[in-house]
Amino acid sequence: MSLWHAFCDMLPFEMLHWDFMKNALLALLIMGPLFGILSTMIVTGRMSFFSDALGHSAFTGIAIGVICGMSFPTLGAVAFSVAFALLFSWVRSRSNQAADTLIGVFSSSAVALGIFAATLGGGSFTKYNQYLIGDILSVTPGQIGLLALVLLAVLIFWVLYSNRLTLTAIHPQLASSRGIPVGLSQTLFITAIAVVVTLSISSVGLLILNSLLVLPAAAARNIARNLRQYHLFSVLFATAAGLGGLVVSYWLGSSAGAAISLILAGIFAVTFCFRERRR
Amino acid sequence: MNFPFHDGSCGHSCCLRVENLSVRIGADAILKDVNLHVHCGEMVALIGPNGAGKSTFLKAVLGQQEYSGVIAFSTPGQRSKKPRIGYVPQSPAFDPSDPVSVADLFACCMSKRPAFLGLGKAMEETVLECLERVHGEDLIHKRVGTLSGGELQRVLLALALEPLPNILILDEPLSGVDVEGMAVLMDMLDEIRKTYDLSILMTTHDFSMLPRYADQVVLIDHALLIQGTPEAVLNSPEFHRVFHMKGGSL
Repeated sequence: MSLWHAFCDMLPFEMLHWDFMKNALLALLIMGPLFGILSTMIVTGRMSFFSDALGHSAFTGIAIGVICGMSFPTLGAVAFSVAFALLFSWVRSRSNQAADTLIGVFSSSAVALGIFAATLGGGSFTKYNQYLIGDILSVTPGQIGLLALVLLAVLIFWVLYSNRLTLTAIHPQLASSRGIPVGLSQTLFITAIAVVVTLSISSVGLLILNSLLVLPAAAARNIARNLRQYHLFSVLFATAAGLGGLVVSYWLGSSAGAAISLILAGIFAVTFCFRERRR
Repeated sequence: MNFPFHDGSCGHSCCLRVENLSVRIGADAILKDVNLHVHCGEMVALIGPNGAGKSTFLKAVLGQQEYSGVIAFSTPGQRSKKPRIGYVPQSPAFDPSDPVSVADLFACCMSKRPAFLGLGKAMEETVLECLERVHGEDLIHKRVGTLSGGELQRVLLALALEPLPNILILDEPLSGVDVEGMAVLMDMLDEIRKTYDLSILMTTHDFSMLPRYADQVVLIDHALLIQGTPEAVLNSPEFHRVFHMKGGSL
């Protein structure tokens, strides 16, 4: 971290004189590729709503962890989210209901359980606000290290499994006929998403997490013609929005998470117009 | 290619042998006691009304559906070893907004190198060779979701032919393809069958192509009703009962 801070000191930007800005910048440089990559598969697999539900289940896991007196409630949240994801996967494979209906059932149940647990015995809800809104400016070096590890794990996972996951997402029957275990691939992916979402939520909050998991890939799809462009644009958009949002929040004094989300929405709008013109 | 005969066979060299195949989903009997032999190098068309169990039959053969009965394959030199099945799924099934090119689709199916890193020269040449078989080299950089019905069928066919399978299975290859495209596709299938000595099993709702291309037509409606030459099946009372009295059309 000291090397990073020394590097930032050499840059001619006034905002980087503050340690919390240096930390936030590094966190966002890690989060850009991390969420840019993940969002491609979430959107291709039509799991945008599911990742949103997972964020809520992570919050519920944290609330339950706190109630149980765990010193590191994120661990409890990871276990809860993975259980939530596996249970959802199991129910979906055995139900003839539409996926979005089942996600709605699971999401609202998780939120209700979280609020119920958090307010049990007259408890206050305010201590959980950091998980809902989050604040990238208060990210700690420990959390940045965790995000870097998560990025490394996702990159390895992607190199090994992205072809199979893509084929499963775009045509499960074709994937199955090529010998890919479709059910296992889907379960593996949603478990990975559950772990990443839960580990990231305490650092960045639910709002920015959900934006970064959907909007970069949604914008990239407007203009990408193949998988390489799709990943490239998605990572670029997520990283650029992260950096832009940090600058905007510094100069305007607004929430960095909200600024990042709005910039991503702007990028989506621009790419959408470009797609219309191209057609 | 010499294929071994099955014991107690129908007197032909059988590439696929289905005996007493039954499929139940919940309380519903989707297929009941279906017997079918696909002979080597033959084109067999599976026909029947909607909901007759045609796709379920293909799923069982592909190993994607639980069943009771026997499904056995012959592979060159070795009997009933795990076969290579080329499968062309029913289209349209690709989302037009998916940024997946034809080259990406091949890379996802055939390459260990992640497709998002690009194809690499060797893989691109392999994809072009595969597409050549279906005269589709110009489709390599198109997005799969934007292909026409005929183009998509050709791409999926090229994919199913790599690696070269023992049997080729096509689910409604003619649906969504215009009349001109149908003739092109069927001519191509016929050429591929002869070039590679392949057996082909396909489902279809288009009967006009059958007399010219199919060796054997199988009519099912939860059970096997009749099988034989296209002329015999299309003129049979069973065919007219199923497609005329139930409201089907030619």
